[in-house]
Amino acid sequence: MNTPDNQETPPGGLRRMTAEEARSRRARNIAIGIAVGLFVLLFYVVTVAKLGVGVLDRPL
Amino acid sequence: MSLVSPQDLYSGDAQLSCAHPKDYLALLKPRVMSLVVLTALAGILISPTPVHPVIGFASLLAIAVGAGASGALNMWYDADIDAVMKRTSTRPVPSGRVAPGEALAFGLVLSGLSVFTLGVLANWLAAGLLAFTIFFYAVIYTMWLKRSTPQNIVIGGAAGAFPPVVGYAAATGSVSLESLVLFAIIFIWTPPHFWALALVKCEDYAKAGVPMMPNALGPDRTRLEVLLYTIVLAPVGVLPWLMGFASPVYGALSVLGGALMLYFAWRCYIVREGEAARKACMSLFGFSILYLFVLFLEIAFENGPAQFLARAVRGLL
Repeated sequence: MNTPDNQETPPGGLRRMTAEEARSRRARNIAIGIAVGLFVLLFYVVTVAKLGVGVLDRPL
Repeated sequence: MSLVSPQDLYSGDAQLSCAHPKDYLALLKPRVMSLVVLTALAGILISPTPVHPVIGFASLLAIAVGAGASGALNMWYDADIDAVMKRTSTRPVPSGRVAPGEALAFGLVLSGLSVFTLGVLANWLAAGLLAFTIFFYAVIYTMWLKRSTPQNIVIGGAAGAFPPVVGYAAATGSVSLESLVLFAIIFIWTPPHFWALALVKCEDYAKAGVPMMPNALGPDRTRLEVLLYTIVLAPVGVLPWLMGFASPVYGALSVLGGALMLYFAWRCYIVREGEAARKACMSLFGFSILYLFVLFLEIAFENGPAQFLARAVRGLL
């Protein structure tokens, strides 16, 4: 049996995400991704700032 | 796509979140955060030793996120009273856009991350003070004082007054008299600021069962206390100049601002009936925000950009 959007009905007790639920989850995922990226960048920049010229002071 | 993909099939009873990132941003109380950022920045910039801009920025970010996290915890716990108050009924939790558990998890995770970040990037004294600030706002004020005493915002105001102390601690690793003076300004400013609004919104607070001063002890007593706190605030606001860590420009601004605060508090005290009384309260509420904003902006400016420019000009001569 097909649903109006031409997809089969999920097995008993289950339901498919609505478009709104999927859209908001995607927006949240993107926001979390950006936040984690900025968090990593912050630690990187502060590490460089704290070490200063010591960043280059390492055995080759 | 497979029908049994675990990515888009849920129990028919499951309530899936439709919250957008902007709803989570609203949980952080961005307007309160902006004042926290300014007051913490003033605390960082009054430090006697220059702070590395990157460390200063990272500290400021951690303090702002910590303040936002305590706002999220506040909105989680207060969702029941927010729902019955007109001013707060559209907040993310009472409006149903964010589930209470999500707000709690969001607040706890950000609290932990902000304290950890400040500890690692600045120092653990500042991190400890930030953790105490979050605890004070979320537990002491929100869970305990707010629903139990008309003095709720007097004691709870300490949470809003801590950011300059945290900022100073992040920059120096210590707490000084100067940072405690900035604490005192915000602490004494809080009651007249909040009670001016509460006088207008007292029916809302009464409906929610929150014992704010106007509905617990009456508007007359509130007006008197607003005036008394403002009489104390005006000279305390001048202390940074008198103690020598702010310029005469700050001194002039604080004297003028304090005089205007007294004028608006006096208007609030004597005008007690009808629309004129409401306007007098809202004038005091509005001006109190401007007063605090201008004082801390001036402290931040003269200890930050102004000093930087002065050093640059001296270098050129």
